[in-house]
Amino acid sequence: MTDIALPASRTANPFAGLMAGTTGPVIVVVLAILAIWYIAAVSLNAKFQIEIYERANQVDVPFSQLVTDTLAQERPVLPAPHQVIAEMWDTTVNKKITSKRSLVYHTGITLSSTLLGFLIGTTLGILLAVGIVHSRVLDKSMMPWVISSQTIPILAIAPMIIVVLNAVGISGLLPKAMISTYLSFFPVTVGMVKGLRSPEVIHMDLMHTYSATRWQAFWKLRLPYAVPYLFTSMKIGMAASLVGAIVGELPTGAVAGLGARLLAGSYYGQTVQIWSALLMAALLAGALVALIGVIEKQTLKYMGMDR
Amino acid sequence: MSSMTASRSRFDTAAILAGLVIVCVGLSLATMAFAGDRYVFNTPNLGIPFGFLAILGVRYSLGFAHNRAGDIALGVVCAVSGWFLIRAAHQFAGDAAFGFWALVCALWFSFWLFVDRLAAWRLSDPSAARVVNLLIPLLFGATLLLLWELIVTGAGVPKVLLPAPSEIWVRLVGSVPTLWADFQQTFVKAVLIGYAVGCGSAFITAILVDRSPFLRRGLLPIGNFVSALPIIGVAPIMVMWFGFDWPSKAAVVIIMTFFPMLVNTVSGLAASDAMQRDLMRTYASSYWQTLFKLRLPMAMPFIFNALKINSTLALIGAIVAEFFGTPIVGMGFRISTEVGRMNVDMVWAEIAVAALAGSLFYGLVAMIERAVTFWHPSMRR
Repeated sequence: MTDIALPASRTANPFAGLMAGTTGPVIVVVLAILAIWYIAAVSLNAKFQIEIYERANQVDVPFSQLVTDTLAQERPVLPAPHQVIAEMWDTTVNKKITSKRSLVYHTGITLSSTLLGFLIGTTLGILLAVGIVHSRVLDKSMMPWVISSQTIPILAIAPMIIVVLNAVGISGLLPKAMISTYLSFFPVTVGMVKGLRSPEVIHMDLMHTYSATRWQAFWKLRLPYAVPYLFTSMKIGMAASLVGAIVGELPTGAVAGLGARLLAGSYYGQTVQIWSALLMAALLAGALVALIGVIEKQTLKYMGMDR
Repeated sequence: MSSMTASRSRFDTAAILAGLVIVCVGLSLATMAFAGDRYVFNTPNLGIPFGFLAILGVRYSLGFAHNRAGDIALGVVCAVSGWFLIRAAHQFAGDAAFGFWALVCALWFSFWLFVDRLAAWRLSDPSAARVVNLLIPLLFGATLLLLWELIVTGAGVPKVLLPAPSEIWVRLVGSVPTLWADFQQTFVKAVLIGYAVGCGSAFITAILVDRSPFLRRGLLPIGNFVSALPIIGVAPIMVMWFGFDWPSKAAVVIIMTFFPMLVNTVSGLAASDAMQRDLMRTYASSYWQTLFKLRLPMAMPFIFNALKINSTLALIGAIVAEFFGTPIVGMGFRISTEVGRMNVDMVWAEIAVAALAGSLFYGLVAMIERAVTFWHPSMRR
């Protein structure tokens, strides 16, 4: 069935080891995506380029020129990867960080509200989970609402929350952070409830025979058990928090932040700008999740729980 | 059982809550309820129910009414007091003083007490237990709505900031045709079509990918990475490509739902044990027989996990995509324009519709899951 295609590790092929792991396949898939991207960029931009040629009365344009022209348009339908990279390089390295044209500046603004929201959301999520695990009333009455709170498309009302809070006088970081909070508390709550309940009955019974109080059982048994769950859900929460921050920036009149960059790009048809903001958001998400991964590894090592 | 838990916990929540109810009612009697020298005594429709509440509170703190009849009586009194308090709050909207807030606290504590008592019921009849288990979160939600209504009307919060639930309800009932048109545009067209196409194509891709271990190893990390990305950012691009009408929103939904479904289905297809697959081989079953009789059923919990995640993602994607350009109908369009016109009650009505649609959609998927994966340990009771 699937194991017919065993990796040919016995042969002298130096790439065999690479292809057997995940690195090789991932590189191949990424290259394939880039190739598809280029082909799509050429074919999507070709229509407009041909129109330009017709207007300029250029006939018999060689295909190679068509390809190079489609990959170098000012406002392409789909910018080519190297255009996006060039734009990112231009707006990160060649601009001063304090400049409003600098992507680093916008990323910093998004990052700060993401982190603030994530911090509040994680704290709230842990507190809720502790309450839910220890109180039957909270468990029965709150848990269904925690779940259904996420079926409310909060992102949809993000603009309104921002506008309303602005009207009250709360502006700046906090409104955006609140949206991030709302999105990131849920995975943490659910993960922590699962984690705090993960000690086996026999261990809880052991704590009971030691005549441990609930407080002691919590600190010495439940919490250590919940740490791996906490990190897993923090990764999800961080990603959700970034989404919240970006959407929260949409209605602020396109002032600053990656979301504002997206909106401004869509108003003025600056596709390269949209894609560079998008790629920056992706890099940011990857970096933040990776950071949590590193902390997770260190913490678990310290606790003696790593495998 | 109950005696054991009572001896283990050092304090009795019910007694504390009942004590708080009494304290709050006492405070409200001593202070002014509404500005303009209106005390609880002067407004009889306030005094009577709260007298009852206080009496019931005393009974609880002394331990008389620890039976179901007493609990139900408490619930009825809570509801009646809540009703009278809302009427009083509307009568003197914005004039609330210390006494009123003490009464609101008393009401909150007594609802809490009621839910606490309800959660402690031990019912032998499973269907009755299910009803009570459903009732508890509903009561919690009702309490939140009640407090929202009381605080907003009592403190006289401007309608532009936060409308009371009753105002939202009036607006909701009054503008059903608009809401229905928006619902059709956003939910029926963009969300449902995008969800079906996104999940369906991801499912088929997953089965194809699963046949090649190379692709599986290559795509899974990337799929995991992409699931963590703020994909919602592609919305402006999709609107540029596919125009203002629903296809661009459906495209956003397709992209958002694709990767969670792909990743979950691929890892679900790997969920069957080697032992079970060996058994299928000893039966000389073909690839497709193994797929349909063993691996797909084993993958169902994973697939439904993705379907549930996607049910909320799809709605969010469609609504946010509408912020980047729409025809003059749609939930996202309505929300963004009515915010601009400061018709916040209409926005909340739209949100209520979206929340209801989202919850029903999620509930439907969860119900199908229960029917399909009835064998899974997490479904057993």
